[in-house]
Amino acid sequence: MERKEFISKSPSETWDIGEYTGKNAKQGDLYALYGELGAGKTQFAKGIARGIGVKDWQYVVSPSYTLMNNYEGSALDMCHVDLYRIEGGEIEALQIEEFLQSGIVVVEWAERATWWNGVIRVEIEVIGEEERRILIANL
Amino acid sequence: MITLGIDTSCDDTSVSVLEDDKKIRSNIVSSQVDLHRFFGGIVPEIASRKHVELIDGIYDNVLKEAGVLSQDIDLVSVTNGPGLIGSILAGLCFAKGLSFALEKPLIAVNHIEAHAMSIFLENEVDFPFIALVVSGGHTIILLFEDYCHFKVLGSTRDDAAGEAFDKIAKYLKIGYPGGQIIEDIARKGVKDYVMFPRPMKEEANYDFSFSGLKTSFVNYIKKNGFSDVNLAHILSSFQEAICDLLSYKTIKAAKDYGVERVVVGGGVSANNRLREIFSERCTQEHLDVLFSSPHFCTDNAAMIAITGYYYFQRGITSSLDVKGYSRMAMA
Repeated sequence: MERKEFISKSPSETWDIGEYTGKNAKQGDLYALYGELGAGKTQFAKGIARGIGVKDWQYVVSPSYTLMNNYEGSALDMCHVDLYRIEGGEIEALQIEEFLQSGIVVVEWAERATWWNGVIRVEIEVIGEEERRILIANL
Repeated sequence: MITLGIDTSCDDTSVSVLEDDKKIRSNIVSSQVDLHRFFGGIVPEIASRKHVELIDGIYDNVLKEAGVLSQDIDLVSVTNGPGLIGSILAGLCFAKGLSFALEKPLIAVNHIEAHAMSIFLENEVDFPFIALVVSGGHTIILLFEDYCHFKVLGSTRDDAAGEAFDKIAKYLKIGYPGGQIIEDIARKGVKDYVMFPRPMKEEANYDFSFSGLKTSFVNYIKKNGFSDVNLAHILSSFQEAICDLLSYKTIKAAKDYGVERVVVGGGVSANNRLREIFSERCTQEHLDVLFSSPHFCTDNAAMIAITGYYYFQRGITSSLDVKGYSRMAMA
């Protein structure tokens, strides 16, 4: 198991940590994001998008309403999922596994599902008004 | 001329029959239907499956209510994006099948453009105008130069405005839908009780960021808590920050582009404080401002029908292999 810990002092530092993560991403990676409301899950996803070369990464928006947004990167595509509004049985209907064949999947509110071995767990902990501890672990 | 409109871009299945560009013969939105009665007690959970199961019945009902037969339909207009792709495909496939079987033209319509165009269901508006479409899923400023010609000027970079309302309401455990509940509580409040930040207000663009505002709200509550006495003030201050940002950037766009008219659509445009602040500020700036009626602010297929109608009037139709898409590219 590999573990990395980062401290972010602002949303733009969270983008940088996400970008670093995106640059090291491989096709088939699933990032399960955990963190309370306002922790910066969407900001982290935005950074991943920048890392995989999504041109309009600044417009990577929260998928809470649309449930899923898809982005084209330079080498990998990103499927950005949000389970915030989802009830139990609906998760399979999103067919997340299908997207792993062409790129990576980033899931917000990951605690609403159970994940298989091999997902990358990203915990964003609020430690100050702006400060966050970001723990990335390959399970 | 009879246009059939279909929208399945998010949670609701909606079908509408529009005669020419103003006469709505029927407009059914699934959220207004008693689904338990419709399905005999079992309501499918999954949105895309729900659309597939609902659309036939809603289509039959809408024709009955409109007093038309399927062969009376002259044009089939349908949302092909942006939205949840599985849901969009449910409506798009239905529309394609209908267009093919009836041998009538198909028009694929952008859901956001249609929110702005919904104003034409009840009004005439001269071009050009600036449109703000603000809902649970979208916050976007468009410049309309003519029918069927628009440009995206700016958009949210994280949360939609309606989403910020709903998430705050859920955080405080005061119920759903958050926008309406917050508006009701905020009515008794003082709007400058807390000076919440105005993210991106002074930046030279037409973009929004509401997630930082949401974080500030959460930080404020963690630090200060809230009581029955000051909740109205805190929520009023929060609502004010959102309405201030939305109106400020929209009006700035109108002034920068030398446009004299502003149109506000989407679910959040039903918010009365938003309407009030837009009316005040547009009057000050000598701009006309128009809002859709509340039942045309939320997702509906009448707006899809009228948008398709205008495309058809200009000789633009879609081929049967037109694809659905989940998002509009911003760069």
